[in-house]
Amino acid sequence: MATEPIAEEVVGKCVDSHGSAIGMPQLCFDWFPNQIFWLVVTLVVVFLVLSRVALPRIAAILAERQGTITNDLSAAEDLKAKAVEAEEAYNKALADARAEAQRIAAETRAEIQSELDDAIAKADAEIAAKAAESEKAIAEIRAGALESIQLVAKDTAAELVTTLGGQADATAIEGAVDARMKG
Amino acid sequence: MEGDLAHIGAGLAAIGSGAAAIGVGNVAGNFLAGALRNPSAAASQTATLFIGIAFAEALGIFAFLVSLLLMFAV
Amino acid sequence: MATETTAAEGSSLVFHPMDQFIVKPLFGGDTIAWYTPTNVTLWMALGILAIIGLLVLSTSKRAIVPTRMQSIAELAYGFIYKMLEDICGKEGVKYFPYVMTLFMFIVTANFLGLLPMSFTTTSHFAVTVVLALAVFLTVTVLGFVKNGAGFLSLFWVSSAPLALRPILAIIELISYFVRPVSHSIRLAGNVMAGHAVIKVFAGFAAVAVISPVSVLAITAMYGLEVLVAFIQAYVFTILTCVYLKDALHPHH
Repeated sequence: MATEPIAEEVVGKCVDSHGSAIGMPQLCFDWFPNQIFWLVVTLVVVFLVLSRVALPRIAAILAERQGTITNDLSAAEDLKAKAVEAEEAYNKALADARAEAQRIAAETRAEIQSELDDAIAKADAEIAAKAAESEKAIAEIRAGALESIQLVAKDTAAELVTTLGGQADATAIEGAVDARMKG
Repeated sequence: MEGDLAHIGAGLAAIGSGAAAIGVGNVAGNFLAGALRNPSAAASQTATLFIGIAFAEALGIFAFLVSLLLMFAV
Repeated sequence: MATETTAAEGSSLVFHPMDQFIVKPLFGGDTIAWYTPTNVTLWMALGILAIIGLLVLSTSKRAIVPTRMQSIAELAYGFIYKMLEDICGKEGVKYFPYVMTLFMFIVTANFLGLLPMSFTTTSHFAVTVVLALAVFLTVTVLGFVKNGAGFLSLFWVSSAPLALRPILAIIELISYFVRPVSHSIRLAGNVMAGHAVIKVFAGFAAVAVISPVSVLAITAMYGLEVLVAFIQAYVFTILTCVYLKDALHPHH
């Protein structure tokens, strides 16, 4: 590493009269023992400080934090389980209430339905009775009307026969009218 | 005159810094190309990346050192 | 030499990009013996104070819900711990204080070095070579202690064809011994380069016409240096972990 050329400068000194470096200060061998000595002192001090104080302490802090986090996590897990339980209970209560409400609604509906069915049946019966009555009346009226028509027809036929100068034969007219009416 | 030649040598030695720059760029560029293809594997390889960059750069530093020696120590 | 040539050209630009790395005695005097308190001592001591403030004082309350400083300390801890565990596995966790010491020292030194007028201890090869050699020796000794002669299987690539293995073994051996060199020079070189570039741009600021550009360039470089300060500490640490993995599991 260019030892020969620097050697002659090192024989004098590494700094010129203006305080500037001659050559590279890194290669000034006069300073090496000083730097190495203080480096070794520093490294020993740093090593002792780190291995005796700093590193065990930081390791303890990290371990403690890990422990705290683990504890907190398990506590959170417990709380979460409790919350799940509470939610289940709430859901169960909700489902019960809903079933009860449905049951009441169904009951009420059935009651109303049966009442309604009764009322409808009653009304149907009444309507049927009234309809039968009316039919009977209509049948009577119809029968009456038929008899009257026969009567009127016989009378009219007898009258027509007499008027035309014929001898009204009651039985013949009756038979003719009956035959006509049937036809 | 000897000093002038030493300075020319120092300048020539400084070319090595450019070569080291190519090397470092090569390492970093290839790492980036690989990392973009497989981003999940990139994080585990950063240490390798830095080791590679360090090895490439060390040779550039050697060139720089030769340059400095020619400038100041010859 | 550079200053001399620029001065000789008669230019108004004066570059002293290397002056920021000069080691000076703190309390006057000229000689720098191995025990002299220098600016190296000052900035390393500040680094120790910063580490204590960040990792010890901030965690003194041991709060379950962390304050900002405490969460930074916890982030740094978790970051390095996870890195070590991912790379080395459970066995590597034993060496966590060692790796954490390296990381915290480098990262605080890098960031303190970014303060204006400060001195960057990690920009000196003396410092980074010691760090890298410490890692290298640790890994080598640990490898032989843990695996005995089995550690040598690190150099015998069993997945390669038999004919190629001796050649590969030589290459692996060379790369193994180059490790501390690249490990240390990468850190010091990166830090030094950024600081020197900022200083060069600061030299350009003396010229009125280009000084706005220069100030912008310094700002941009400073932002890059903040990134580099962290990334180089990260890279140094992650390479330490990778080398440590070789010692713990030498089989490829």
